[in-house]
Amino acid sequence: MPDLGKYAAEVLGAYGLSLMLIAGLIVLSLRKGRRARADLARIEADKDA
Amino acid sequence: MSLWEYANPVKFLGLSARVQPFLWAAAAICMVVGLVWGFFVTPDDYRQGSTVKIIYLHVPAALMAINAWFMMLVASLIWLIRRHHVSALAAKAAAPVGITMTLIALVTGAIWGQPMWGTWWAWDPRLTSFLILFLFYLGYIALWEAVEDPDTAADLTSVLCLVGSVFAVLSRYAVKFWNQGLHQGTSVPVATGGRTVSDVFFYPLALSMVGFGLLFLALVLYRTGTEIRLRRARALLARRKKDI
Repeated sequence: MPDLGKYAAEVLGAYGLSLMLIAGLIVLSLRKGRRARADLARIEADKDA
Repeated sequence: MSLWEYANPVKFLGLSARVQPFLWAAAAICMVVGLVWGFFVTPDDYRQGSTVKIIYLHVPAALMAINAWFMMLVASLIWLIRRHHVSALAAKAAAPVGITMTLIALVTGAIWGQPMWGTWWAWDPRLTSFLILFLFYLGYIALWEAVEDPDTAADLTSVLCLVGSVFAVLSRYAVKFWNQGLHQGTSVPVATGGRTVSDVFFYPLALSMVGFGLLFLALVLYRTGTEIRLRRARALLARRKKDI
């Protein structure tokens, strides 16, 4: 861990918040994508049945 | 082969599935290497101390916040002129990515500004235009959700996107239009190449910028695929209701 001196809270806060937002965006996108894929597969299966 | 072939959802999904693994992998490598390099290896700035490390997040996020809106503008124009559904859905898919990047740029800017400028916020031209861009993103997303008919929603959001583009341009060039305020000028002017950042900071920054760009592309392709599937599911359900 580098010595961030008196600005440690600012630097770590900026990294923490940004990485959390990026991770949240990726997780939500993947979750929505999986749900959409499953819903479409179910609807298409019902149509073919 | 024409670019317009990819207006066909099946062809778009096929191409998207082929390129996405490479995009995700390249984005992860560039972002991890760029951020780790910037955070752990680069020295502190002689004036700004360790807060200079915020640059590896702030600049790429701000760059993508503006570029995302321009991508939405191009996609919206294609929708308005050629009525390709995939382009409207791509614009819709890009908005949450763009607003996240705008939020990161605003938050990291405020955190960086407090120790350097002595304030979290100032009504500076660039900061203000970025805040307005954030509000445009919010309005754009809300409008897509508020209008039930997808084609009408695409029309209305496309017009909103055209109007918001003024602020996207202002966000990029505000420091040049109004030579005042707290925010410094562009550190890495792509057009002129005359950067004011030392190499030791520039190389990890460039890598991080490439990483953010690739992540944006990967996310937009993935999310556009999701929107295409949701649209298809809605159409099938509507057809089934009609048959009943």
